[in-house]
Amino acid sequence: MFLINCPFCGEREQSEFKAGGEAHIVRPKQPTELSDDEWAEYLFMRKNIKGVQFERWNHIHGCRKWFNMARDTSNDQIKAVYKMGEKPPVK
Amino acid sequence: MSNNLRFKTSKFIDETYRVSFKFNNKTYFGFKGDTLASALLANGIHLVGRSFKYHRPRGIMTSGSEEPNAIIQLHDNSSRTEPNVRATEVEIYEGLVASSQNCWPSVNFDIGGINNLLSPILPAGFYYKTFMWPASFWKKYEYFIRKSAGLGKSPKVADPDIYEHNYIHCDVLVIGAGVSGIMSAKMAAKNGFKTLLVDEKPYLGGSSIYDNSEFSKINNQLTSSWLEKEINEISKLENLEIKLRTSVAAFHGYNFLLARESLTDHLPINQRDNKVRHRLLKIRAKKVITATGSIERPLIFDNNDRPGILLSSAIKKYIDLYGVACGENNVLFTNNDTAYETAMSLIQRGIKINAIIDNREQVDSKICYEVEKNNIKIFKGFSVVDTYGYRRINKISIMKLSKDGQTVIGDKTKLNCDCLGVSGGWTPAVHLFTQSGGKLKFREEDQVFIPDVYPSDQISVGSCNGDFVLDEIIKNTLSSLKKFLNIDNSEYKTLEIISGLNQSKRNIWLLPSDKTIGKTKSFVDYQNDATSKDIKLALREGFRSIEHVKRYTTTGMGTDQGKLGNMHALGIISETAGTKIGEHGTTTFRPPYTPLTFGTIVGRNVGEFFDIFRRTPIHDWHVKNNAEFENVGQWKRAWYYPKENENMHQAVQRESKAARDSAGILDASTLGKIDIQGTDASEFLNRVYTNAWSKLAVGKCRYGLMLNEDGMVYDDGVTTRLGENHYIMTTTTGGAANVLGKLEDYLQTEWPELDVYLSSVTDHYATISVCGPNSKKIVSKVIPDLDFSDEKFPHMSFKNAKIGNIKCRVMRISFTGEQSYEINIQANFGKSVWEKCMDAGKDFNITPYGTETMHLLRAEKGFIIVGQDTDATLTPIDLQMDWIVSKKKYDFIGKRSLYRSDTIREDRKQLVGLLTENPEEVLEEGAQIVSDVKKSPIEMLGHVTSSYYSPNLKKSIALGVVKSGKNMVGQKLIIPMENKNINVIVADPVFLDKEGKRLNAKL
Repeated sequence: MFLINCPFCGEREQSEFKAGGEAHIVRPKQPTELSDDEWAEYLFMRKNIKGVQFERWNHIHGCRKWFNMARDTSNDQIKAVYKMGEKPPVK
Repeated sequence: MSNNLRFKTSKFIDETYRVSFKFNNKTYFGFKGDTLASALLANGIHLVGRSFKYHRPRGIMTSGSEEPNAIIQLHDNSSRTEPNVRATEVEIYEGLVASSQNCWPSVNFDIGGINNLLSPILPAGFYYKTFMWPASFWKKYEYFIRKSAGLGKSPKVADPDIYEHNYIHCDVLVIGAGVSGIMSAKMAAKNGFKTLLVDEKPYLGGSSIYDNSEFSKINNQLTSSWLEKEINEISKLENLEIKLRTSVAAFHGYNFLLARESLTDHLPINQRDNKVRHRLLKIRAKKVITATGSIERPLIFDNNDRPGILLSSAIKKYIDLYGVACGENNVLFTNNDTAYETAMSLIQRGIKINAIIDNREQVDSKICYEVEKNNIKIFKGFSVVDTYGYRRINKISIMKLSKDGQTVIGDKTKLNCDCLGVSGGWTPAVHLFTQSGGKLKFREEDQVFIPDVYPSDQISVGSCNGDFVLDEIIKNTLSSLKKFLNIDNSEYKTLEIISGLNQSKRNIWLLPSDKTIGKTKSFVDYQNDATSKDIKLALREGFRSIEHVKRYTTTGMGTDQGKLGNMHALGIISETAGTKIGEHGTTTFRPPYTPLTFGTIVGRNVGEFFDIFRRTPIHDWHVKNNAEFENVGQWKRAWYYPKENENMHQAVQRESKAARDSAGILDASTLGKIDIQGTDASEFLNRVYTNAWSKLAVGKCRYGLMLNEDGMVYDDGVTTRLGENHYIMTTTTGGAANVLGKLEDYLQTEWPELDVYLSSVTDHYATISVCGPNSKKIVSKVIPDLDFSDEKFPHMSFKNAKIGNIKCRVMRISFTGEQSYEINIQANFGKSVWEKCMDAGKDFNITPYGTETMHLLRAEKGFIIVGQDTDATLTPIDLQMDWIVSKKKYDFIGKRSLYRSDTIREDRKQLVGLLTENPEEVLEEGAQIVSDVKKSPIEMLGHVTSSYYSPNLKKSIALGVVKSGKNMVGQKLIIPMENKNINVIVADPVFLDKEGKRLNAKL
């Protein structure tokens, strides 16, 4: 079970958190302008890579804040946690 | 008790404390400090069980948690009965009752033993191959297969014991209290680390605590004496907590570990009441030191499973720790030096050793010479080829090994014995290390897997790290610790270690036999009866991956998870396939290391504590008034209120009729309530609901539908504008938490520029809904100061009011199609206001109704229930709710998805009303809807989502989803049931008062 360093609360057990899928997918500002394919790209397409993946997490049983995490999916090492709107501090 | 098997030399056995126990209905005696296994051995009993598949007689093989054979049923026929318990781990107490498993009528004479004779036709994969045909017979086969499956019997009544869970946080966790574990704990604790030391056994010191050999000494003291002093010293350390009888079950990522602390299992039954039996420790350690030791390997030869064949280290432990001789005429069979330590222990007590059979041609360590000096015959370069004796070994035959070790040569010699100790070297116990994600490497010299890459802040020390000789263990433990803890280890600087063993070994995974392999039974997995023959068969049949061979032959799949034989399986595979073991890797080690009872896993979460449940402030009134309850999410909601002799149907019919004829009252407190404030609150609602909100006047209510981004209906509810920048949103009961989560998600991640704040206020208010033609009269009596006239208080509006001095909010909104008023008041006044309403409604036959009647009333009106009539595959258009989807709004969650190529299909499933041809016939919810029953396969058009008998319409009504249903109104469809087909006519989903006359009627 991970020990997650919530950017607002500090280190907490994974059981306090909820994973929210891939990070840095911005909701299109003008969805009506998009073709079906473009909209589907936003709506359905997600990466599932072996290696460092950027994910959204929510401290659902804590401060309720969403934040981002860079996690290596091959060994579950958390490389970084950072607030929404911030750029990933690792590659 | 057979006195010549017990030696009064052990410090660990309290000979003044005699303990009686029952095994297979016979009473025996042992001493305090005995395990069930040592006590049985002291009574000359080796045969304790029958094997899983062939029902072969099996005895005690080991002295610890790795035991594959001696698994027994503890506490027969009591509520505490427990199957598959390792006799080697059970500490005996007065009154213990245990019996053999997997045998009938008795362990001495077992009918199932016939399987042993049938074994030539019961190879690996027998079930897969045999019970394939004819397919329809599977149900018959299954009955018998299931009957003969399993080992012990599970308890039939509730567990009387108490279990609990504890969290522990420490700087350093040390697993295993052998030499290296004790040293690690001492150094960590002395250097300021908050340390926890755990060991699965009831004593500290591991196997060194009974090591009285002259051939392994520390500072010129016996290892055991030196270690005792160390233990004495660490037990005084303040920084160190020691937990015995504590077995680490799982080692997860980030140094999170689960351990079971056993607290009462060693006590007599009458001393266990009201005590916690097991504690599941959830340990979060900054650093972990694994010192789990190693497990001795058996040797794989023909008939290597007879009672009386034990690991040589187990024989040593029984004599040194428990003072019990496993036999009176022993033979040891080895490929390394370890067995000679056992020999020395036997020699010291004058127990006869008939011979030592050693695979090696050369035997040249000090301890071997010492054994030879005692006139013990050593057969060097020999191997055991067969054993004899049905219920206990009585003879072995041996032959000379060829130079390459692949065949046996020369004459067969027979030797008598009543106990055979085997030693195939040692396997580091790396189970926990690999569970944590650690990567192993294979060391060719002595054919062992050892830790290589650590995934977290941890190290392995001692023999679990591949050091098997005392001086190596201590030297390497100290240097590892120094680095790992970043400390000065001066305190052990002066250690002088003498070790009489060397690590030479002649490793042959499968020992050769003079018979062809098909005629041998050399067991690799004792518990699951998997032999070397089975493994070779699997390879012949094309299995290559170790994971596949494991599943096909069931090697390593018993309750012991193959702690003894897994390495041999790997060895035999690589030898047969001509590959390297290191390339195969091991099978996956999964938690738990030793089995946990369900009680330990669930802890206190049993019975009423199984799950949290939430009660409304009016709950007690419902209970007092005979309500039946239904679980909605975690809520207990009143379902219906049966009067004398009423069944559910009758109660619901009465409640439904009363609500439309005069007045009904519903506890709606469970609906989710979210308080929304901020200057952008209206804009926010515009974006999350499908309809428009900007123009909603203060004091007005509006129904809203919320979609997922994929266009599917997610939740619905009425939202009221309390002020310019203040709304209160209601959600479905079950969806409340998720809706709040979703709204927060969008606010925080997509629209952080919006000035909006959300708070859940579900628990803050009690919500009482009074509906029906007389509802206005009733609420007027409860709140006389409020003007309820239709002009001042029309449908879909809200008023602040007071009941006495208590503020409340009253909304005129309806989920039934009747005029109705919802009073929201601070939760602790909920019950008294409910009672006031009941009192005010007395003259109007006010009838409390539950969720079932609520569902029926709304179905009459064609209102959907999200989650019942929808299932995340329906858009508002599919629900015929086009009216609620704003055409003007530029964007809202899910809008773009409403005109994807898939969502604009005409033949999507759409919500329709269904009327049965026979108005008395009520459909089953979930039933399939078809148009043609003759077509094969029958095309499924949809299913029934809601179905009731309406007492107000006096006919059966139903809602359902049907492909292209919108355009099928008036058409006949068929609901095929088990024994009949029911004809239905597709109808409009609104069955009652489509124009809404009742809502606005002047009453």
